[in-house]
Amino acid sequence: MNTQLFFQYIVAGVTYGTIYAIVAIGFNIIYNATGIINFAQGEFVMLGGMIAASLSGFMPLPSAILAAVIITMIIGALIEMIFIRWLDRPSVLRLIIITIGISIIIREAALFIWGEGVKALPYFTGTSVTVISIGDVHLSPQVLWSTGISAIMVIGLNLFFNYTLPGRQMRACSSNRNAARLCGINTKNMVTLSFILSAGIGALGGCVVSPMTYVQYDSGTGLAIKGFTVAILGGLGNSMAAVAAGMLLGILESFSIWIMPTAYKDVISISILLGMLFIKPSGLFGSAEAARLKDF
Amino acid sequence: MKSVRFVAAVLFLVFALSASPVFAKDTIKIGAILGVTGPASFLGAPEAKTLEMLVEEINKKGGIKGKKIELIVKDSGASPEKAISFAKQLIEEDKVFAIIGPSTSGETMKIKNIAEEGKTILMSCAAAEAIVNPVAKYVFKTPQKDSYAVVKIFEQMKSMKLTKAGVLSSNSGFGNAGKGQIEKLAAEHGIQIVANEVYDKAATDLTAEVTKVKASGAEAIINWSIEPAQSIVIKNARQIGFKGPIFQSHGFGNIEYVKAAGDAAEGVIFPAGRLLVIDSLPKSNPQKAVLAKYKKDYEAKFKEDVSTFGGHAYDSLMILVKAIEKVGTDKEKVRTEIEHMKGFVGTGGIFNFSPEDHNGLAMDSFEMLTVKSGKFIVLQSSAKKKDAGTKKK
Repeated sequence: MNTQLFFQYIVAGVTYGTIYAIVAIGFNIIYNATGIINFAQGEFVMLGGMIAASLSGFMPLPSAILAAVIITMIIGALIEMIFIRWLDRPSVLRLIIITIGISIIIREAALFIWGEGVKALPYFTGTSVTVISIGDVHLSPQVLWSTGISAIMVIGLNLFFNYTLPGRQMRACSSNRNAARLCGINTKNMVTLSFILSAGIGALGGCVVSPMTYVQYDSGTGLAIKGFTVAILGGLGNSMAAVAAGMLLGILESFSIWIMPTAYKDVISISILLGMLFIKPSGLFGSAEAARLKDF
Repeated sequence: MKSVRFVAAVLFLVFALSASPVFAKDTIKIGAILGVTGPASFLGAPEAKTLEMLVEEINKKGGIKGKKIELIVKDSGASPEKAISFAKQLIEEDKVFAIIGPSTSGETMKIKNIAEEGKTILMSCAAAEAIVNPVAKYVFKTPQKDSYAVVKIFEQMKSMKLTKAGVLSSNSGFGNAGKGQIEKLAAEHGIQIVANEVYDKAATDLTAEVTKVKASGAEAIINWSIEPAQSIVIKNARQIGFKGPIFQSHGFGNIEYVKAAGDAAEGVIFPAGRLLVIDSLPKSNPQKAVLAKYKKDYEAKFKEDVSTFGGHAYDSLMILVKAIEKVGTDKEKVRTEIEHMKGFVGTGGIFNFSPEDHNGLAMDSFEMLTVKSGKFIVLQSSAKKKDAGTKKK
């Protein structure tokens, strides 16, 4: 393999990795606030892409994306308020099954609203054939858009969690919910906020990748599996680790094509998921001791 | 009291369920197993719509010989497992007269034997040659054979003086069957396969695959799939700077794929039936009237562009209807009638069935098409088009 090919594969890997990382971060935010995995996370990505693609017919691209993100955030908030908020000390298993149910409802609703076809936003700059060439390595400008926007999102999240009051309150909730409540933090609101945040992040992710990958009513499931793998690989709850793990998985997948048919690409991610769960469930960057203290 | 009411309700339900077929006694039940949702929805959805439209039209005119058609559409989501259970259900419980579909080759191959054992006519809307080769007594298919499509593409490549092909296919029944034909026929047409990659049918990014194909020194890409991935292949190939022509299978015959790929679809070459290029057909073409009527009816009713896939469902149903009109509703007689039907003008071509050929279409049912300004057009004389793929650069 020459250097040109090497970098071309890196580019492909980073493209996949960005998408996985976005979904994984969504998982992590809700995990931190509630201790559960929201299996409807992939559906937020799908909703973002679908709503933006529908709206882009009526309004300019940036406002369509903004509107799609806001609508998806509202949907996220409603889901939490209707299905989760009123439960009194629900078990982890119960919550997980609820989120699986929600994901099925969203998928069926999307099938009803948009039908079975694929949708995509137009490319943000240029068209589907616009190419940026760096030496002999070629990439679509959309790759830069998606990695750029994801990077901004990760930085923004870090600032939010470290330097704002709601961000700190959310972190307090994730460390110890009862102690946070004793300090006067409304933990229920924090859970709602975590759904809003992760819905928004998922939706924005769906918008930036939809020109490249398309979205359709059932795109969410596959994304959720990959995102979950990445979240586990990085260590549940750690968003920066999710980015690193996402890139790692994406690059592994793109290089895997040299050794086996790409139809088995998913085998890699599933093997990694199973391997991690057996060997080091706390993830590559997680602490095993901290993981032992969690319910899930 | 409550339990009495419950029992009464159940009894009523049971009665209602068992009673309903009584009303439907004088109908011809036709089942359809189509991938209306899922990865083959660009095939299954227009097929289901076409059947609904035609059945409505036939019933409005009083049905076939006074018997109305009762259409039962089952959405398999392109899953072979579901197709199997639906096929059993349609044959054993609904006791249908015939089954139209499935939309995909993988599903059809799985239920070929079920139809055969159930002595039920199966009019497949899928492309793989394996469906009718070897011939199964009750199994027919209306789309053109994939081996013809492969030969058409190879001939086109030869006329463009291209010999090195990079082959991509999806891991669906259609993709596997096409890949098999390409491998089988390449040598005798002087085509060298320099790369041969199979990708997942639900793939959303194929940059790594096309990179490998490009690195292999392929002069042209041949892609064989029916999923939206075939739009992604074109986009990714152009994005990594592949400049040669891209060939697609006859599974590309839905303008939605072109819309999804945008500018990257320009110059893609693929074989297809004439439905997509009615306007450029001469008046003398025997198919023109059939095609024009179907296109007009479909587009007026559903407000979307017609596709070759809906056409396959059209052919399946109309062949069946024509045979029933002629010999009545005896399954065996209808089967024999279809097997000997000659000169049926359908959307896919002129069908001439025989006991050895349950497809009935010849190589000339294909036309080489290309994409220009987002529309399908007939590919003009090949010499000029050598740079078809790069025109948009």
